[in-house]
Amino acid sequence: MNNDYLQLIGVSKRYGGITALSDVCFSAARGSIHAILGENGAGKSTLMKTLAGVVRPDTGAVRLDGRELRMTGPAQALDEGIVCIFQELSLVPHLSVAANICLANPPRNRLGLIDARRQNEMAREALARIGCERQIDLRERCIDLPLSQRQIVEIAKAVVRRPRVLILDEATSALTAEDVEKVMRLLRTLREEGTCVLFISHRMHEVDALADTCSVFRNGEHVSTFAAGTKPHEEIVRLMIGRPIAQVYPPKPAPLPASVQPYLQVSGLRSGTQLKGVELSVRPGEIVGLGGLDGQGQRELMLALAGLLRDARGEIRIGAQTTPPDGPRGGKREGYRMALIPEDRKTEGLMLAQSVHDNLGVSALDRISRFGVVDHAAEQALVAELVKTLQIKAPDTRVAVSTLSGGNQQKVVLAKWLATQPRLLLLMDPTRGVDVGTKQEIYRLFRDLAAKGLAILFYSTDCDELIGLCDRVLVMYDGQVRASLAGATLTEEQILMNAMNLGRGDAPAHTRRVRAGALEYAA
Amino acid sequence: MNAASLHLRHHARTLLALGLLGVLLLAFLAIHPRGASAAVLTAWSNQGVALALVAIGQTLVVLTSGIDISIGAIMALSNCVASTLVQGDPTQVALGVAAVLLVGTLCGVTNGLIIVYARIQPIVATLATGTIYTGIALLVRPTPGGEVDAGLSDAMTGTLGDLVPTSLVVLGLVVLLVWEPLRRSLTGRTLFALGSAEQAAYMSGLSVDRAKIVAYATAGLFAAMGGLFLGFQTASGDAAIGLPYTLNSVAAVVLGGAALSGGAASVLGTIAGAFLLRTIGSLMFFTGVPPLAQPLFEGLVLICAVALGATRLLRIRNRLEIFR
Repeated sequence: MNNDYLQLIGVSKRYGGITALSDVCFSAARGSIHAILGENGAGKSTLMKTLAGVVRPDTGAVRLDGRELRMTGPAQALDEGIVCIFQELSLVPHLSVAANICLANPPRNRLGLIDARRQNEMAREALARIGCERQIDLRERCIDLPLSQRQIVEIAKAVVRRPRVLILDEATSALTAEDVEKVMRLLRTLREEGTCVLFISHRMHEVDALADTCSVFRNGEHVSTFAAGTKPHEEIVRLMIGRPIAQVYPPKPAPLPASVQPYLQVSGLRSGTQLKGVELSVRPGEIVGLGGLDGQGQRELMLALAGLLRDARGEIRIGAQTTPPDGPRGGKREGYRMALIPEDRKTEGLMLAQSVHDNLGVSALDRISRFGVVDHAAEQALVAELVKTLQIKAPDTRVAVSTLSGGNQQKVVLAKWLATQPRLLLLMDPTRGVDVGTKQEIYRLFRDLAAKGLAILFYSTDCDELIGLCDRVLVMYDGQVRASLAGATLTEEQILMNAMNLGRGDAPAHTRRVRAGALEYAA
Repeated sequence: MNAASLHLRHHARTLLALGLLGVLLLAFLAIHPRGASAAVLTAWSNQGVALALVAIGQTLVVLTSGIDISIGAIMALSNCVASTLVQGDPTQVALGVAAVLLVGTLCGVTNGLIIVYARIQPIVATLATGTIYTGIALLVRPTPGGEVDAGLSDAMTGTLGDLVPTSLVVLGLVVLLVWEPLRRSLTGRTLFALGSAEQAAYMSGLSVDRAKIVAYATAGLFAAMGGLFLGFQTASGDAAIGLPYTLNSVAAVVLGGAALSGGAASVLGTIAGAFLLRTIGSLMFFTGVPPLAQPLFEGLVLICAVALGATRLLRIRNRLEIFR
């Protein structure tokens, strides 16, 4: 076995001030399945995008079979036999299943035209290798397939390229249990045939069942590589965390008296396949965190609470109201008094080309208008007050909001909603891309707002701040709140164990045996 | 699911446009004072073919989720070039035709290069180049006039074997010889793929940039054919005919069932759309609707057709997606 089949040598990548990969040295063997583990933001996806030719590293080299690769785009990586199965699917919605499987390398006749008959055969063969040729009609358009079948098509599209290196990024997340089995079988066959499989997954039972080797990444660094099954889960999780929590958080107050009634109460909330019966409540004066791995329904929950998901079913009580508002505008009404701070501040939070002044005033205009005419004096006063309370650092409120730093932009988003005097704040990752100093100010602001009686629901992808800031953290997994952690149980280990659905006997039956074996080994 | 119903579902919009066209055409033939004859059919076909050709070009661009505002100007420029070059002995006429098609294609290539390499939005880029092309057309032919070879014109606008309109046969041949091979090539597949999901196309290793340039170039070629055919009909050149063709080409594409967001379009549907627009005009002429009211009815038909295509919005789950 060639242990250095795929090699990364000193690969670094920075985006602005953020280090995504820092001097990563990593190698993977031919004919093996290599699991890549790490928290959100550990650098796994940048690593993968580097191999796929999408991201060009600032320094370092990639070697395959002893030869250095120079990749200027995905086409070169594919030509080298490096094939990725991305989480965000790379299928073309309006083309048929067969055309998608053979998308960039269809069989062609002597005139260079695509041979539809041979293309169908190729596609059928690829699906047959997975064992799904009967479930999926080759003539269907991908847009008409359910997500689980699209994922199968995605895998077939990778298989048809006969990869030398196959990279899977959470490629099993949408599959049914039966299909996961099939894909696992396929990966083992590919391993026998000499493929180097890199397998990114948050599902530890799949890692246990498949991987030969595991590598852990943390903060863009390659922390450790070890043979699968040689370390207990607890230690792997420790490797993934491995850093002390910085002292940037305001002190937490004493727990609220039990008599305080919740301002937001949700039960049995369902939507599509993303929300499967969510139960939660938030009381005035409380900051409740919403954690878990990416894509476990946190976003959909927030959107449903703001009344943006049409198919949301279940009970949502906000104040005295028994239904969610009709979108953000409805949320401003007296009965609700709520504000949603959206996730993407550049497209949903701000009007980038407009001035700081205009951005700050926009959500509260109805409060400072009479008969549809804005009272300019009142607007000036409001803006001045917001700039002062949130300490927004701008040379002048007339400059375009796009010229401010990320932290100050985020303050503008928060400020414009605070101007509507909400009683419930829904925060979606409000400190993403914000520098540490401003983060500290924002945390203190949230704590002060809570002390004034606001109910705050705080979704974050950062474990640190959930623990440091929140009174209580709800961990979501697969569309449900899996755990509510507070006080002594609110630790990073607990969040991660619950986020990965470990430590309880509710994993699929076929993996329980494997996990028991692994724990025994640890003892 | 069986093959027939799948086919029906995938081509519902095209079939709708064809069906509507069939109904209107029958109505048109029924009320026409001279009844259903080869001559009436030929006149009907000649009226629609120029727009159909331009609209096919627009379809290719819309497929890539772009738009070509300059397409009418390219047509006008080609028309003016045709009115100066397509005359004389048979060799000169043939060379003239080739020159007209080349001019149109070059205009299209220029559009494509600007959009791909200067990264200017298609609507802005083609708005600018369209004005330039109109300017050149005015230099070529400041006032309407010139002449186009009469023999060729008569042949192209005539009736084949006293049965089929020649223009319709030519349209069919062009589709068969230009669009069909393109559709079945890797470049053609890239056109569909990049309009539907550009990122996915790029990630799958398709050459997205080249396909875009091909789309605009082919659009230019079809616009030139449209301009040439108009020359056969009017036997002259006019630099000012462009704008209505630009707007009507977009209307025909939409009537034909294409999504302006890209990824889904059918040339057959577009042809039906173009002839639909022309048939509505003729129908109103013969039913005695005042000519000034025609745009009103054309607009109503367009709005209704587009509304049928927008039913997707009713099924959207996340309200934020309406803005995407």
